Amino acid sequence: MIPEIGYAMTAVALGLALYGSGAAAIGARWHRPALIQSSQHAALGVFVLILAAMILLVYAFLTFDFSVRYVAMNTNRGTPFYYRITALWGALEGSIILWSWMLSIYTLLVILRYRSRHPEFYPWVLSVMLGVLAFFLLVMTVPAPPFQRLTPIPPDGRGLNPLLEDTGMITHPVALYLGFTGFTVPFAFAMAALITGRTGDEWITVTRRWTIVAWYFLSLGLLIGGWWSYHVLGWGGYWAWDPVENAAFMPWLTGTAFLHSVMIQERRRILKLWNLTLIILTFGLTLFGTFLTRSGILSSVHSFTQGTIGAFFLGFIALILLGAFGLVAARGDRLKAQGELDSILSRESAFLLNNLMLVAAAFTVFFGTIFPLLSEAVRGVKVSVGAPFFNLVNIPIFLALIFLMGVGPLIAWRRASRENLRRNFLWPVGLGIVAAGAFRMLGVAHTLALLCFGLVVFVTATIVLDFYRATRARLRSGERLLPAMGGLLVRQNRRYGGFVVHLGILVIALGVLGSNAWSIQTETTLRRGEAFQIGRYHVRFDGLAASEESNHFKVTGTFTVANDGRVLAVMQPAKKFYPQEQTPIAYVDYLMGLREDLYLVLGDFARDGSQATIKVQVNRLVTLIWLGGLVLTLGAGLAILPDRRKA
Amino acid sequence: MTHRRKFLLGGGVILAALVYMIYAGVSQSVVYFVTPSELRAQPVAGKAYRLGGMVEPGSLKWEPRSLDLAFTLSDGKASVRVRHKGTPPDLFAEGRGAVVEGTWTPDGYFKASLIMAKHSEEYKAPHGDESQAGYKELLKTLKGQSEAPKLSY
Repeated sequence: MIPEIGYAMTAVALGLALYGSGAAAIGARWHRPALIQSSQHAALGVFVLILAAMILLVYAFLTFDFSVRYVAMNTNRGTPFYYRITALWGALEGSIILWSWMLSIYTLLVILRYRSRHPEFYPWVLSVMLGVLAFFLLVMTVPAPPFQRLTPIPPDGRGLNPLLEDTGMITHPVALYLGFTGFTVPFAFAMAALITGRTGDEWITVTRRWTIVAWYFLSLGLLIGGWWSYHVLGWGGYWAWDPVENAAFMPWLTGTAFLHSVMIQERRRILKLWNLTLIILTFGLTLFGTFLTRSGILSSVHSFTQGTIGAFFLGFIALILLGAFGLVAARGDRLKAQGELDSILSRESAFLLNNLMLVAAAFTVFFGTIFPLLSEAVRGVKVSVGAPFFNLVNIPIFLALIFLMGVGPLIAWRRASRENLRRNFLWPVGLGIVAAGAFRMLGVAHTLALLCFGLVVFVTATIVLDFYRATRARLRSGERLLPAMGGLLVRQNRRYGGFVVHLGILVIALGVLGSNAWSIQTETTLRRGEAFQIGRYHVRFDGLAASEESNHFKVTGTFTVANDGRVLAVMQPAKKFYPQEQTPIAYVDYLMGLREDLYLVLGDFARDGSQATIKVQVNRLVTLIWLGGLVLTLGAGLAILPDRRKA
Repeated sequence: MTHRRKFLLGGGVILAALVYMIYAGVSQSVVYFVTPSELRAQPVAGKAYRLGGMVEPGSLKWEPRSLDLAFTLSDGKASVRVRHKGTPPDLFAEGRGAVVEGTWTPDGYFKASLIMAKHSEEYKAPHGDESQAGYKELLKTLKGQSEAPKLSY
């Protein structure tokens, strides 16, 4: 029964979403409040139905109902309890449910918040959001139904992709989808602005915090993805420029550009067309990312599916782009700037450059990702574009972005005077240069590393300088130190939240730099009792043991790690053999530290346990990436707080 | 409108730099997929390739102590000797497909820096096949081992 009930729920939800989208549009066009009300009820119905479908699917997972094909494919009797819940989003069909559910939550939040405000925008926003929701429900009904019946009912299921049996994989899609779906809100408001012709700043000020929320979750999703890659995949890195990673990175880049450029429109009434373009691109790229990863057009760890779904997504992307840019063209007369750029040395220019860089990075990532597809389709030549391409092109862009991160927030609006430049940048630039010189004398020979260090110090100095000056001003007006600093953070939460996010990015940049510039790795074969030296670690192989777990079989190596005769840790990297997989899965063990991680991956081994090959890495500063993520979280949290200045 | 012109000029310069970077990046780092016969037909020493073929039965030599891996990749028409330093991936075996990335050397072999075994897409029955029996046997041999030797520093 479950497959039929579930299918009926998704079909009804599709009907409701379509109706609601239409009703809201008609209600808005011909001013029928009753229809808009009815559309709200439809949205609530959609939310309840998707939630019910999710619960039903979880129930099917928990009760091992293998008559549901999706359950049979993604679980088996050995799958541990909570992975049976998270198996819900372990593959395509369930991910789409999760996605739609999150979108329906955003829709409800928009209803709750705006149903009696922004009366011109609101019904159109509702209509657009329900329209997008209808698309995902259509995907759930036609090309990727999660409730497909499987006959005959197998005695046991295939099992979850073992790589997904990890907390990182539980949280990564959730964060990522909250980010992806979150961008629907500013997109919907942008469309509402175009439809109603109210193309001023209203849609931007209303969606400012929504954009930060979406941006934050997308950032978090990317970071958790990196973390998962680092500690599960066992190749020793966190970012491989894999198409699937790129798919999530592109909307992050354009979303970041949008986040910055809206500030210019708010302040100077320029870049209207640009902001609309950016949000349309960002939203389009979230769809494109799903298309890339879920259509099976690429083959990589994430793309565990194939089917007709690609055509649906391409069609929808085309519809969105044509519709949205069509509206932009129709409203072209209302998108003229009400000001202009005065000087290259101005905050507007710095932000504009930042935008150019971010979009350029997004474009190169896009190009590198689809180039192999294009080459094969057009020339019939199979090629691969790997990390060297992305690094070569993106490193200069990212260094320029870090530089602009220091310039943008402090340089004067309109036209920076010599005095403004001297006052804000003399010290930071000096410090940056001195720091680079100091690192050079400490023995850092790598030019890029020195440049990166210098820039990070420069940007940090600008932030400290700004905060110092603002605090000093408050101290002069009689406040005490801590209240003054706290008051600044809270009252100018948007500015200082942004600064804290910048600091987080700088910490991440140092982690990326360190891990790329100074990590060492080696591979070696050891007999039992034999040891070798890497960095400051003495690693000894003590033997192999085998064990049977609930849904797999595991071979564990034991290695004792010592430094100067003092035992630091006993590490146990393993190999897990899942019956449903052709390849064993590496289970990495690592010793995490602020300065460096010791990272052990068990490779080949002799069947009698007398000998094992291991890959050993000393990864430098990787921990900074995760710490930077925490700082970024704090900053985003601060920036999301309601603006106190107006209250 | 000289401002406008200045900005357009600046934008143009940035755009040109970007296009150049992409062009240079692609021409430097694109790796071509080739088959053994294609590589044999016109090998360019030092250029990076991805070479795909089947590991010829009887050609695989793996020396765990020195980490030397040598085998021959073939597409039925031509074959190429491949050398690599490092552990072969788990699915890698004679008679199976593999893709290697690296360069052709003037000494007449392909120096691989990366080896990827091809997954077969076939669905595997979850239980009771021969590899399971293999695991069981491995489990037995390893359990038969005494505890890890008690060495101390």
